[in-house]
Amino acid sequence: MSVVIEVAGLYKSYEDVVAVDDVSFEVHEGEIFGMVGPNGAGKTTTIECIEGLRQRDSGKVNLFGVDPDVSRAEIAERIGIQLQESALPARIRVQEAMSLFGSFYTSRADSGELLDRLGLTEKRSAAFSKLSGGQKQRLFIALALVNQPEVVFFDELTTGLDPQARRAMWDLVCQIRDEGHTVFLTTHFMEEAERLCDRVLILDHGKIVALDTPEALISSLEMEKRIVLTLPGAPQELPLSDLPQVNRIERSGDRVVVYGHGERFAGPVITALERAEIDFLDVRTEQPNLDDVFLALTGREMRE
Amino acid sequence: MRGLLQLTIMSFKLYLREPIATFFTLAFPPLLVLLFGAMYGNDPDPMYGGYGTMDITMPAYTALILGTIGLLGIPITTSGYRELGVLRRFRATPMRPLTYIAADLLTNLTMTLLGMAILIGVGWALYRVRFEGQVLSVFVAVVFSGLTMFAVGYLIASLASGARTAQVIGMVIFYPMMFLSGASVPLEVMPEGVRRISDFLPLTHVVTLLRGLWFGEGWGEHLTEVFILGAIFVVGAGLAARFFRWE
Repeated sequence: MSVVIEVAGLYKSYEDVVAVDDVSFEVHEGEIFGMVGPNGAGKTTTIECIEGLRQRDSGKVNLFGVDPDVSRAEIAERIGIQLQESALPARIRVQEAMSLFGSFYTSRADSGELLDRLGLTEKRSAAFSKLSGGQKQRLFIALALVNQPEVVFFDELTTGLDPQARRAMWDLVCQIRDEGHTVFLTTHFMEEAERLCDRVLILDHGKIVALDTPEALISSLEMEKRIVLTLPGAPQELPLSDLPQVNRIERSGDRVVVYGHGERFAGPVITALERAEIDFLDVRTEQPNLDDVFLALTGREMRE
Repeated sequence: MRGLLQLTIMSFKLYLREPIATFFTLAFPPLLVLLFGAMYGNDPDPMYGGYGTMDITMPAYTALILGTIGLLGIPITTSGYRELGVLRRFRATPMRPLTYIAADLLTNLTMTLLGMAILIGVGWALYRVRFEGQVLSVFVAVVFSGLTMFAVGYLIASLASGARTAQVIGMVIFYPMMFLSGASVPLEVMPEGVRRISDFLPLTHVVTLLRGLWFGEGWGEHLTEVFILGAIFVVGAGLAARFFRWE
């Protein structure tokens, strides 16, 4: 797998605040690479240093072997960018924006087809200001793809979208990757990173906390699993404490949370309850996710 | 300069879709002709060197258009685009910043010329206004004065934090000039004290230069205006280039 983005020892500060501190990683061709972390972790600074929109203080950045601070125009031709915050003139129409932005590039995608794929064909003649948040976001994706870029950058793609629109975006990003584009995205939704990304870089206070596939990050921590049960009228003593897989039990009223470990953890718990003829209503097992990874690695919740 | 043509055409269309900006560039000056023409007519007046009120109004209102675009239109649009992130989005493409500025200048000059054409058309149709200069000379003067006003506009846009601030700064600079530079009311009717203030207003020199060339005077008779406007252009454009921010 060839390397399309190479970042080594990236450092950037604003006056007294260090935004990105000695960050190094590589992005491979054809993958969805995600950078996650809380707001202010340095994600946007990092992505914009790679895109050539911001100049780094020190370190090395290469796209396709080219330094964005040296040959910004050459790189701009080959990448697509969706910015975290941007806009178009209020009265520009969707179709007009597509042809205008297309005219800035040598290589051009079929804009009609792009609009079609993004569900904007009906909005072709609508002014930018008349579009909904989701439609604007889809137009920005279309604009990011207008030059058939080799790498597409999405900065906080789904922020501000409702859950349904967010899921639709995820499908779209996967499609874009499947068509052969490399995708580099930032998000502060751990669930989004977990669902979408082939590899995830966790950034906190400008430093890399972890970098691996979501599955590897989760399993590497050997974190506790949880079973959440509702036990109406169960006895005070539950026949679970003795099970080797169970670490501890938390109980508040009818709601019981059993913490444990092991590949097959839920099975023995359920069997023990049935054997003691204790009625249980809801059973929900909770797998650790990237939120837990972040908590375990930094000692803080993602959203504070 | 790839994209220059497309961007210019698009900016031009967008300009025409802004009702307020279009009104003040294209419709307001001819409306003033209708209003003041009805009041004063266009009879030759010794006070204006034998020209009629509407005759001298043509170059004056041309200066008015330049002032409106340069001191209100450009600052408000440009800082608004920056505030909203439109400029950021353009900067994320391979288009060069200079292309954006060039397209903006071309659009605003074209709108000025269009405004002038309508103004003169109405003036000619109603009052057979006189023109005694050389077309090329006046064209060069309009472009030159335009670049001066537009440079000041970009400077305001560079210094203002957003569209609202730009609008306030533009209005504070433009409105006194609108009335005291001869752009809307001839300076001949002003008291001496006011005319002394006028000498310090850039737009006054635009009016003087355009009016001179309009009625056949040579550039040699207006070196003072050329020098003052040239200095404003150099300083304005220089400072704007220094302080201009894309985000």
